[in-house]
Amino acid sequence: MTDLMPPPPALGCRSSPVLKQRGQREVFCGLTGIIWLHRKIQDAFFLVVGSRTCAHLLQSAAGVMIFAEPRFGTAILEESDLAGLNDAHAELDRTVQQLLARRPDIRQLFLVGSCPSEVIKLDLSRAAERLTQEFAPKVRVLEYSGSGIETTFTQGEDACLASMVPVLPTTDARELMVVGALPDVVEDQMLSLLADLGIGPVRVLPARNIDSETAVGPNTVFALTQPFLGETHAALERRGARHLAAPFPFGEEGTTAWLAAIAKEFGVSDERFNKVTEAPRRRARQAIAQASEPLHSKSVFFFPDSQLEIPLARFLTRECGMSAVEVGSPYIHDALHGPDLDLLPAGPQISEGQDVDLQLDRCREARPDLTVCGLGLANPLEAEGLSTKWAIELVFTPVHFYEQAGDLASLFARPLRRKNILGMAAE
Amino acid sequence: MKLTVWTYEGPPHVGAMRVATGMTGLHYVLHAPQGDTYADLLFTMIERRDHRPPVTYTTFQARDLGSDTAGLFKTSCQDAYDRFQPEAIIVGASCTAELIQDDPGGLAETMGLDIPVIPLELPSYQRKENFGADETFFQIVRHLAKPMERTERITCNILGPTALGFRHRDDIQEITNLLYELGVEVNVTAPMTATPSDIAKMGQAHFNVLLYPETGEQAARYCERTFGQPYTKVVPIGTGATHDFIAEIRDLTGSTVELDTDRLRQTWWSRSVDSTYLTGKRVFIFGDGTHVKAAARIARDEMGFEVAGMGCYNREMARDIRAVAKEYGVEALITDDYLEVERAIEALQPEMILGTQMERHIGKRLGIPCAVISAPVHVQDFPARYSPQMGFEGANVIFDTWIHPLVMGLEEHLLHMFRDDFEFHDAAGPSHHGGHAPKPLEPAASEGGSMPSEVAHVANDPVQDGNVIWLAAAEKELKKIPFFVRGKARRNTETYATQKGLAEISLDTLYEAKAHYAR
Repeated sequence: MTDLMPPPPALGCRSSPVLKQRGQREVFCGLTGIIWLHRKIQDAFFLVVGSRTCAHLLQSAAGVMIFAEPRFGTAILEESDLAGLNDAHAELDRTVQQLLARRPDIRQLFLVGSCPSEVIKLDLSRAAERLTQEFAPKVRVLEYSGSGIETTFTQGEDACLASMVPVLPTTDARELMVVGALPDVVEDQMLSLLADLGIGPVRVLPARNIDSETAVGPNTVFALTQPFLGETHAALERRGARHLAAPFPFGEEGTTAWLAAIAKEFGVSDERFNKVTEAPRRRARQAIAQASEPLHSKSVFFFPDSQLEIPLARFLTRECGMSAVEVGSPYIHDALHGPDLDLLPAGPQISEGQDVDLQLDRCREARPDLTVCGLGLANPLEAEGLSTKWAIELVFTPVHFYEQAGDLASLFARPLRRKNILGMAAE
Repeated sequence: MKLTVWTYEGPPHVGAMRVATGMTGLHYVLHAPQGDTYADLLFTMIERRDHRPPVTYTTFQARDLGSDTAGLFKTSCQDAYDRFQPEAIIVGASCTAELIQDDPGGLAETMGLDIPVIPLELPSYQRKENFGADETFFQIVRHLAKPMERTERITCNILGPTALGFRHRDDIQEITNLLYELGVEVNVTAPMTATPSDIAKMGQAHFNVLLYPETGEQAARYCERTFGQPYTKVVPIGTGATHDFIAEIRDLTGSTVELDTDRLRQTWWSRSVDSTYLTGKRVFIFGDGTHVKAAARIARDEMGFEVAGMGCYNREMARDIRAVAKEYGVEALITDDYLEVERAIEALQPEMILGTQMERHIGKRLGIPCAVISAPVHVQDFPARYSPQMGFEGANVIFDTWIHPLVMGLEEHLLHMFRDDFEFHDAAGPSHHGGHAPKPLEPAASEGGSMPSEVAHVANDPVQDGNVIWLAAAEKELKKIPFFVRGKARRNTETYATQKGLAEISLDTLYEAKAHYAR
């Protein structure tokens, strides 16, 4: 079923030495995931227990106030809450009561821990238990940490999903679970591909609401759509589920390999697989070919941001004709990133963690044609004559699976096209 | 604990960043966990700065907490000193670092750096962004400024402008020019544009011009006490305030230079007959205290509006704004709770909001035009063109900014005459509001996802409002009234009905109320 795919490189990056540095990290904390999770889980409210900084981060990361009254908020700790933890718990109960009275439509409440709540050791799991009892069966209260001292950016989604795994119902059914928050339109495309392959029933995590039929057990196999779900991966294995390792579904090759791993597990014939995937694969290749033209023979440098870097570097090098100079990721998990590292041709510096000043020095030295970095670095690097792509857009935009493969290439091509149009091509 | 959805101000260390980023040659070493670097994007994205803010974050993680976060701080501080070679360093803690009590100031002091190290104490769980900026600037001045001989010619310092300030960039230019025309040179503008060595020579100036009390008042008071420099009390936003400011400068300097006010168009634009339709428009004003105070005066005395309500989000200005509100015969709303502001606007049904980006959003939901007068800032508040708020050009800019969201004179009449016209239906919206996107019928529901908010329920419940019931015919007639005055019509009619002790509103009640309120 994978005969149409280009062969893997003779030497991939899986055994390449990894540069690990420690210093200032120019990344978001895990609270940022709330921005997309609260849209995805439609009956959930995310209550950050934190400081004014947390509230300010959420507001700034959301960019503008998109939502009239969003399903997230911050219980801002004040001087009096720091004095006594008992009082802080009473205050939290009061805040939750107030919130749930105001929003009777909420069925799941996530208490989200922050740096300050963790430093003062405010036990949110105790609070979640207490509040679940108080509001059951109408509202389920869970907790996870999105703090910067524990989580980097997309690890917030990981922590959120991992917190849901222990309360999933148990099933013995042989089922496929697809894990990772996707935009609804992309999720529907994926479900329809899997249905055409004759695979079902398919459960998703996170589900759109609490009444979904997502359950887990020893006969569950799961596939990840996002490369940052290490904790969720471990939590599902603890419930007896088995992971189907595969490259992540970015681009034509990634999507095909991801689907192929599932098809193999469910005994789908090559003939059927090819029949189902042929048309979308052709469309994806065509779209990538059109969109990636400005990327050919260009070099790319990834600052660590979302853990999407390795799969995306694989996509850009193997499907868009780019070469990678450095691929930085906040964390690298072999179980998750291994299949993509196998496909990424050896050569680039793989780095984990960050000392931003040293990494900027390397980037300036390399003068890559395209630098993928966070919003804090993009304009300063543009001012130095580099072309940049904001990493956060890759998390906020539908980029998975065949029909988005062309869009994904366009996201990277746009900064280069723009420079051309404005007559200021790099170099 | 306080439940917060949107905030008007960031934490105090963001205020300190605004000071540091506005200056050059100063570096800020901030003891902070991973993630606090988000604040960089405020400057690089919203303000489109082409440099990273001069801030080094220690970026501690959970595993560091048990070990040596203090060592981490010292390493970061040394690295920042070596790499950036600043003239001075400010050191402090963000909210989380405040809890672990490493004392960045004390640690930095033991390092024996050969440049001034200024420790900041910014209580994150009590105070906010404006305080952080004000306190940081004050500490910098206190540590660096020295008494000096006055300059031979009359000079002043301009105090208060920071990075990420609402139009500070252009206000500086406008006021510098105005002062120059009056024969006063600017010695130092700070914090924005200043280096630590500029701060050191602030004592040379004869007096200070305090443009932004929110971020510069402590420093101004300190200079008055320590260097005997008086500071200006009028903030020159609006025509009247600018004239008062000029008078204040003349008092301080004895300047008698005639000023050319030809470029002040606002006064004539406001007097021209086309502006008649502005008369008595009910406006609600909200923002930081300084801008609200200025806007109220402009609204009433220079635009001919009626001030229907006002308030500010920074408690530091509460007393001022309460006093001003009293003068205008309204109750001041002092709150940093966005939902409370929304409720106040909904209850008052003003014809226009002069507010922040938050109120612009409220206005969008309630169908009330809004002009932005104050921080918190948005990328739109950093226009490419010269666009000050202060001085004569500022008065011109404000006139334009405020009338653009309104339905213009003749258009208003046409909408009244042809209110049943199929193209004037509610969903069409006024012609100048951009795009042809139909106005959503239930804005809260469509913007807030599948679950309409509580607020939306109140707004969309046409029949039951208080104890007065709208009869079907009256309700239908109300819908024919153009949307931009419908809120006022509804409110007036209900008030009228309540005053008359009526339980129901009929078609007649509607028109009796109209006659009653005619002006």
